[in-house]
Amino acid sequence: MELFTNAVLLTLLAIVTVAIARQRSLFGVVILSGIYSFLMASVLIVLDAVDVAMTEASVGAGISTVILLATLHLTKSIEYPKPRNTLLPLFVSVFVGAALVWGTIDLPAFGTADAPIHRHTTPRYISDAQDHRIAPNIVTAVLADYRSFDTMGETAVIFTGGIGVVLLLKGRRRRRPGKTAGEGMS
Amino acid sequence: MKHDVILRVGVKLLLPFILLFALYVHYHGDYGPGGGFQAGVISAGMIILYALVFGVDRAKRIAPEWLVERLVPAGVLIYASAGLPAMFAGKNYLDYTIYSHDPLHGHEWGVLLVETGVIVTVAATMTAIFYAFVDRGRSA
Repeated sequence: MELFTNAVLLTLLAIVTVAIARQRSLFGVVILSGIYSFLMASVLIVLDAVDVAMTEASVGAGISTVILLATLHLTKSIEYPKPRNTLLPLFVSVFVGAALVWGTIDLPAFGTADAPIHRHTTPRYISDAQDHRIAPNIVTAVLADYRSFDTMGETAVIFTGGIGVVLLLKGRRRRRPGKTAGEGMS
Repeated sequence: MKHDVILRVGVKLLLPFILLFALYVHYHGDYGPGGGFQAGVISAGMIILYALVFGVDRAKRIAPEWLVERLVPAGVLIYASAGLPAMFAGKNYLDYTIYSHDPLHGHEWGVLLVETGVIVTVAATMTAIFYAFVDRGRSA
């Protein structure tokens, strides 16, 4: 059953990816990327990563779709016409894809319990969590307890990113005071 | 922007449940999936949904822009200051065990405090970014 679910989800993901690449209208691309995020959230649920799935569904499919649609409102919503010479881009993407696949050959097999990443600190996290000294949801325990400093940095990153976007979009526009009008609004 | 009455009433009915779910995800993060980040995004999503259906001006009456922009750094400050009491008590920064005599309860309180910082920053940042995009679209 799990194999069947995975096969369906991954096939749909591949279809959506091809559709995004072939789509010229950026509005369609935004909607398709929202669908991609929902499919990805389903894949993450199958992988038992519910926390990540929740984030993917709310950020990837929810908020970023709305933000991207707002961006389309500010810019033009049609992609530039296809470049004539597709040979170089094709070569670059095939080369990079091949390099990535080649890189995965050395990785431990999917789902092996004795991969190095699962033997370093993870056993201690799990045994301590079972001793009930920390929050029973180990993901929360690792994020907010063991790696509290990292999460503080992450919060600061969100703060910095948000302030940056707000400054960029709301900062006083000194140059071209009249020219910005009518730039968007397609 | 006038929408269908079914859409408006439906969204109005949904909003409290979205907020309730966000608070559940936040406060239950110790035991169930989720935490401050997810809860922050969900509660920002509630404001964005309200703004999409009823207009940004009415959304800004619920979550005023000045408040949202002040909450963005406030969350980071809540997080950072959650570690200070432990420091003054002579323990490590962000050591949660000082919040209660029982270590488990101390950890729960500590996690709740820092997650409150996270939810405040994330919800405010998402809403502020949304407001910034919408306002730019209006003035342009």
